[in-house]
Amino acid sequence: MSMAASTDTQLQATGANPDTHAPPPRRPRRWPWAPYLLSAPGLALFAVLLLVPLVMTFLLSLNSFSFYGGIENVWQLGNYADIIADDYFHEVFLRTFRIAAVVTILCAVFGAPEAYILRRMKSPWRGLCLLIVLGPLLISVVSRTLGWALLFGSTGLVNQGLMALGLIATPIEFMYTETGVIIALTHVLVPFMVLSVWASLQRLDPQVENAALSLGAGPLTVMRRVVLPQIVPGILSGSIIVFALAASAFATPAIIGGRRLKVAATLAYDEFLNTLNWPLGATVAVLLLIANIVIIVGCNRLVERRYKQVFE
Amino acid sequence: MTYLVLDQLTKRFANWTAVDRVSLTVEKGELISLLGPSGCGKTTTLQMIAGFLDADGGRVMLNGQDLLAKKPNERGLGIVFQSYALFPHMTAAENVAFGLEMRKINRADRDRMVADALKLVGLEQYGDRHPRRMSGGQQQRVALARALVIKPSLLLLDEPLSNLDAKMREEMQIELRRIQRTVGTTMILVTHDQSEAMALSDRVVVMNKGRIQQVATPQEAYDRPANAFVANFLGRTNLLPGMVGSGAAGTVITVADSVWPVSQPVPPGPGALAVRPEKIGFVDAGGPGGGLGGTVLARVFQGTQWLFEIETAAGRVMVIRQHDGSPLPAERERVMIGWRAQDMAVMPADPEADLSAREAA
Repeated sequence: MSMAASTDTQLQATGANPDTHAPPPRRPRRWPWAPYLLSAPGLALFAVLLLVPLVMTFLLSLNSFSFYGGIENVWQLGNYADIIADDYFHEVFLRTFRIAAVVTILCAVFGAPEAYILRRMKSPWRGLCLLIVLGPLLISVVSRTLGWALLFGSTGLVNQGLMALGLIATPIEFMYTETGVIIALTHVLVPFMVLSVWASLQRLDPQVENAALSLGAGPLTVMRRVVLPQIVPGILSGSIIVFALAASAFATPAIIGGRRLKVAATLAYDEFLNTLNWPLGATVAVLLLIANIVIIVGCNRLVERRYKQVFE
Repeated sequence: MTYLVLDQLTKRFANWTAVDRVSLTVEKGELISLLGPSGCGKTTTLQMIAGFLDADGGRVMLNGQDLLAKKPNERGLGIVFQSYALFPHMTAAENVAFGLEMRKINRADRDRMVADALKLVGLEQYGDRHPRRMSGGQQQRVALARALVIKPSLLLLDEPLSNLDAKMREEMQIELRRIQRTVGTTMILVTHDQSEAMALSDRVVVMNKGRIQQVATPQEAYDRPANAFVANFLGRTNLLPGMVGSGAAGTVITVADSVWPVSQPVPPGPGALAVRPEKIGFVDAGGPGGGLGGTVLARVFQGTQWLFEIETAAGRVMVIRQHDGSPLPAERERVMIGWRAQDMAVMPADPEADLSAREAA
């Protein structure tokens, strides 16, 4: 009230003596192109490092290849037609996304509860356990996967342990199977899910769980009705990261899957470096990118619509 | 009829005792405030009643049943949290309906009870809105409706108004009082705001360092504080050191050169006299009733009142006089101040409590 009154007085005083009042300061000159200029270095970096290679890969995928003539500079969609017509490529792509989907689900199933339990831990243990969970990120994927290869072999620790316990009679095939690739990829990628869910848990008001308890909800109902819907954004963004990384993973499928169990990334690699059919390899890479984008954007839309209120 | 009994309730943390043998009885339908500075144990006490913290000793009996033996989700208490703790992914109506769903109440009854609860808090138009799209005051009302709709045997409010701005807070105080009269639920309010506690409660429980200092009606605690901490925490007060002893007319306290009759039972020895600034007046020198001589150090005009600081032999005394046109002394003037014996409280000297209260205020 008193604020408004004093402002009124000021305004009246200003109105009464317009001459004594200085003219309004001139507006500084506008630089409409300034924002573009300022972001130019970043844009240039993106263009050189991302857009140019992508465009070149796409152009390469339009070229043709013959065993004796090498790459021919023609523009045609023959490579795409070949891949779409060939069952072998269907199988590889289906396998790639099957593995990626299963790995994503496993990461969500293990990673989300893991993050929740971590958050409920007491101070010294929480930091220690978080370090253990995220520690693998500090080790190269190749060495981690080689470690799994040692464990997985028919005389590896896992099979020997299971046989010693009498759970299995003959060794389980892990090497060169989807099971092996899925287990190793899940281990490699679960920290990304934990980190992502962790971030969304940080925004959760701890009193909300107490409020649900006080209203008569059991601990499981609190999880299902109150906590889970609120960490869906974290699980979703974690899933996007994990799915994209799993679908385009190279090192793990290359070591565990080998030549026998090809996925899109190892297929493209072989086309480039073994068959030397660069255009076909480029086509595989482009198709992998497009499929990845379509699946991720589609799922994202679906879940966002379902949990619209949480995302606002 | 005694409804809720806290008996020697205790909570110890690693290196301090947050709640120290707190005993309290609450009548049915009463609104009682736990009042004190932060860290006094009021919220810890509430959390133990709610079941979010385990007690280290003592009992809580509600309507003859041992509350501590039950899990938090079986106690049937309504709780309003400081952060409101609404479910952000549910609408206001869904928030309110949650407790009824947990009680497996059928759809038709549930809808009716939710509508009634929202109406009680004045939000009948906002049922399908999400908390994020509501103001702080509205969220507060949803939290209240959510806690009340399950017809709780006891409603616990943890600093419910501290996140609201001053105007909203006053509105909610009136609203809360109205709702309490309407539904008649027994309520325990935790607050650090003495004016809020005094405005809302039937009785206040003043706490400090995990212990109850005084349990009384707001007016009684203000007029007759049990000790120096309560006197300082509830509003401004003058604490004058003195000596309690026996005179010809019963127990008296001697402050500097003035002698005052003591009506409360206070042991003889060092004591303190508490008197509110607005209860002190200027008296004629040598007049009846005695008085304390002093010099006006400062006088400050505050619109409706004048604030005086008087230097006396017993220390500095703060005096508030109404701005009603009566003649008032000037600065550096010699004056005599006095008050009616029933307007003061006498307590044993407790220098430590006095200090901590000043820090808290």
